[in-house]
Amino acid sequence: MSNEIEAIKDPGLPAHVHRKTDTDPAAANRAERQVAILFGVSALGTVLLIASYFIPDDIFIFIPIMGNQNAHQLGLGLGMAISLFFIGLGAIHWAKTLMPDTEVVAQRHEFRSPDSDRKEFVEAVKSGAAASGLGRRSLIKRSLGAALGLSALSPLLLLRDLGPLPGKELEKTTWKSGTYLVTDPGNRRIKASDLEVGAVAQVLPEIADPEHRKLSDIAKDAVLLIRLRPQEFNLEADRLAMTHDGIIAFSKICSHMGCAVALYEQQTKHLLCPCHQSTFDVSRAAKVIFGPSARPLPQLDITIDQEGYLVARQPFSEPVGPSFWERNSQ
Amino acid sequence: MTTEARLGSVANFVDERTGGAAWMKKNLQKVFPDHWSFLLGEVALYSFVILLLSGTFLTFWFDPSQREVIYEGSYEPLEGIKMSAAYASALHISFEVRGGLLMRQIHHWAALIFMAAIVAHMMRVFFTGAFRKPREGNWIIGIGLLTLGIVEGFLGYSLPDDLLSGTGVRIAEAIIQALPVVGSYLAYFAFGGAFPGEAFIPRIYVVHVLLLPGAFLALITAHLMLVWYQKHTQFPGPGRTEKNVVGYPLMPTYMAKAGGFFFIVFGVTAFLGAVASINPIWLYGPYTPGQISAGSQPDWYMGWLDGLVRMAPPIETHAFGHTISWNILVPGLIIPGILFTGMALYPFIESWITGDKREHHLLDRPRNAPNRTALGAMSLTFVLVTLINGGNDIIATHFDLSINQIMWGTRIGVFVLPPLAFVVTKRLCLSLQRADRELVLHGRETGTLIRLPHGEFVEVHEPISPEKAYFLTSHEQAPALELPEVDGRGVKRAHVLRNKLRARMSVANAEAVPKITANDLKEIEHH
Repeated sequence: MSNEIEAIKDPGLPAHVHRKTDTDPAAANRAERQVAILFGVSALGTVLLIASYFIPDDIFIFIPIMGNQNAHQLGLGLGMAISLFFIGLGAIHWAKTLMPDTEVVAQRHEFRSPDSDRKEFVEAVKSGAAASGLGRRSLIKRSLGAALGLSALSPLLLLRDLGPLPGKELEKTTWKSGTYLVTDPGNRRIKASDLEVGAVAQVLPEIADPEHRKLSDIAKDAVLLIRLRPQEFNLEADRLAMTHDGIIAFSKICSHMGCAVALYEQQTKHLLCPCHQSTFDVSRAAKVIFGPSARPLPQLDITIDQEGYLVARQPFSEPVGPSFWERNSQ
Repeated sequence: MTTEARLGSVANFVDERTGGAAWMKKNLQKVFPDHWSFLLGEVALYSFVILLLSGTFLTFWFDPSQREVIYEGSYEPLEGIKMSAAYASALHISFEVRGGLLMRQIHHWAALIFMAAIVAHMMRVFFTGAFRKPREGNWIIGIGLLTLGIVEGFLGYSLPDDLLSGTGVRIAEAIIQALPVVGSYLAYFAFGGAFPGEAFIPRIYVVHVLLLPGAFLALITAHLMLVWYQKHTQFPGPGRTEKNVVGYPLMPTYMAKAGGFFFIVFGVTAFLGAVASINPIWLYGPYTPGQISAGSQPDWYMGWLDGLVRMAPPIETHAFGHTISWNILVPGLIIPGILFTGMALYPFIESWITGDKREHHLLDRPRNAPNRTALGAMSLTFVLVTLINGGNDIIATHFDLSINQIMWGTRIGVFVLPPLAFVVTKRLCLSLQRADRELVLHGRETGTLIRLPHGEFVEVHEPISPEKAYFLTSHEQAPALELPEVDGRGVKRAHVLRNKLRARMSVANAEAVPKITANDLKEIEHH
C-alpha cells in the first residue's frame, strides 16, 4: 500500500435539476401570471402614493403599536414602499422561475503577466528613466524636489483664513469681577432668596445686549447654581469662601469634552454629565468621583451686592471646558 | 422598423464609434457565483444609491446656515424660538414639504442600513478569507469606505443643528482640541473661531454633499471594477476550483436578480421611512451649548467609539505648562487608529504568518480557519462591549441598573471578554471540524434504531453523498511554517524574536482536526 495521501475526489458539478417551469408549459404560464400580478401590485402602490399626495397633512390615524400617524406621510411612504418592493419581487420571481438557472463555468486566468512581458516592462521603465536623465542629472532632481515641496505650502497658506488664531481665547470667559448672574432663560438678576435649598439654576453673565448673546460665549460662560445647606459642604476654607449662604456656582461646561453637565441628583448631591457619565460631587467642590473626566468643574467665586443680587467676585481662576495643549493648570 | 432592427441600428451606431461590441459580448456573459452572503455588499451599494437620491431631494430645501432666525413654521411648540436657519429648514422639510419627513427618514434609515451592510459585508469577506491574494487592495478600499462612512454619517446627523447633534459636534471639537501642540489651532480653523461659531454647518455641508460623496463614488467605482476584473470568489463545492468560476451569466439571470434586489432594498427602506420614526429633531429643540438632553446617543456606528470614551480612566498629564488628555486621545484616536490600521493590514499579516503567497479564489468555511475566525470573534466582542457601554445610560434606565456597575462591567469586560471569545471560538471551530470528520467517516445519522440479536440498540448511519464528502474535505490543511533558529550551516538567523513570534503564530494558525482522506475511507471499508 502506498503512503501517498489521497484526497477525496471531486465528483464534478452536480447535474442540473429541472424546475417545474422548465418542463411544464402550464407552470411556466402560471409563473408569468404571478410575475404580472406582482408588477400589478406595484402599480397599485403608486396609485396609493398619488392618492396620498392629496390627503391634507393634518389628518392623523391611529395604528396599533405605532400610535397616531400622519395619514399623508404614511400613505406616501407606504405607497412608495409597495411600488418599489413589488417591482423587485416581480423581477426576482421572473428570474427564478423563467430565466435559465443552469450554472455555467468560466475559467480564471492567473493575474501575473508572462515573464517576457514583465521583463520588457522593466526595460521600458529603465530606458525611460535613463532617457530622462533623472538619475544622472542630480541638479534637476533636487531642484524639482524642492519646487514640488515648496508648492505644497501654497494650499496651507491659502487655508490660513479658515479661522483666527486661538490666542488666549480658550482661557477667557465673559465673567469679570462684579458681573451679575442672570437667569437663562429670562435674563433676570437673581437674589439668593430666589433659590430654595436643593434648587438648581442655569445662569449666564449679565451683558449689555442679551438679545444677541453669542452661542460661542454661552459655550464658555454657562454656570450652574446649586443651593445646599451650608453645613452640607465639605470644602476647604478658600473654596467655602467662594460660596454664598449655601449657594455654590460651577461652570456648566464639562471638564471632559464640553457637554452641558445638566443632571443633578438632589439626594446624593452629584452632578452627572449625560454625554460620558463623568460624575462630580457638589459638596466637595465638584470633585470627580466617577467617569472619564480628569478635573473638577471650575468653581465661580460668588457673593451678593448691597441689594442682595448675586454677582461674581472674581472671574474663573482656570480655563473652563475640555482640556487643550496650552492649558497651564491642574 | 421592428424593435430588433431599431436596437441593431443603435448598437451599430455605438459600436462603429467605440468598438464596444467585443467587450460587451464578453461581459454580458460574465459569470456571477450565487450565495446569499454575496448580497450584503449589494445592499451597501444600493443603500448608497438611495442615499444619493434622497439626499439630493433634501438639499432642495435644506439651508446650511447658522444664521439666527426666529421660528415661524407650523410646529407650534417651537413657535417664536431662536434657532439656526439650518434647524429651521430641517423642521420645514419635516412639516411643510410634502414627502419631506418621509425622505428625511428614508435618508437616515438608508444611512444606518448602509453602515450595517458594510459591516456585515466586511464580516463575510473576513470570515471566509475573501481578502486573500489577489484581493488585498480591494479589502483596503473597503476599510477606506467604512471609515468614510462613519465620518459621512456623523456629519450627516450633525447638519440639522438640533440639540442632540450639536452635542455630538461639541464632542468632536473636544477631540480636535485635545490634539497635542496643534489642537486648539485646528479647532479654531475648523470652526472659524470659538466653538460653535457660524462657519461649521456650511463647511461640513460641502464636505457631506460634495467632497465625501465624490470620494465614495471614486472608491466604490474602483471597488466594483476590481471585483469585475478579478472575478468574484466562490464557495468550495463539487466542480468549483481555484481555476474556474461557477454561477449565472450576467444577462439575463444575474441582471434581473440584482436589479430586482435594488428595488427590494429601496422598498424596505421606504417602508421603514414610512412607519418607523427616526431622529425626531423637533423633540430635541435647537442647539445651544448650555443645554443637553438626557440619554444623548450617537448613531450605532459611532456608539462603540462613544462607549470607549466613556470607559476611559480619568487620566491627564500636566507638565511644563501643557496638558495632554489621555482620557480623550487614547479612546478617541489612538485605539481606533490601531484597530483600523490593523484591519487594513490584516491580509498581509495573515500571509506573513502562513507563508502563503498564492492566489485564492475559493472561500474558506470559517471553521476551517479557526485562528482567523477566533480573531474576528474577538474583535467583534471588543466592539460589542464598547457599544454596550456607549448605551450604558439607556440600558441603566431600561433595565433599572446602575450606570456605574455597567461602566465597571464593561471596563473589565473589554479586557476579559475578547480573549475569552477567541478561545471559545477557536474551540468551537475545531469541534465543528471534528463533527465534519465524523460525518465523512461514519455517515449521517438516519434516526433509525435497530436492535441487535444480543439486545443492543444501535442507530443506522448512512453514507453521505460524494458531493457532500468532497465539500467537507476539499479545504487545505497546510502545516505550520518551519522556521528553525539556525540555518543549514548552523549559523543563527537574524531577527530571532521576529522569527520566534512568526513560528508560534504559524503553529497556532495551523492547528486543525485532520480531515478525512480517501485512504481513511478505504481503510474503513475493510473493517
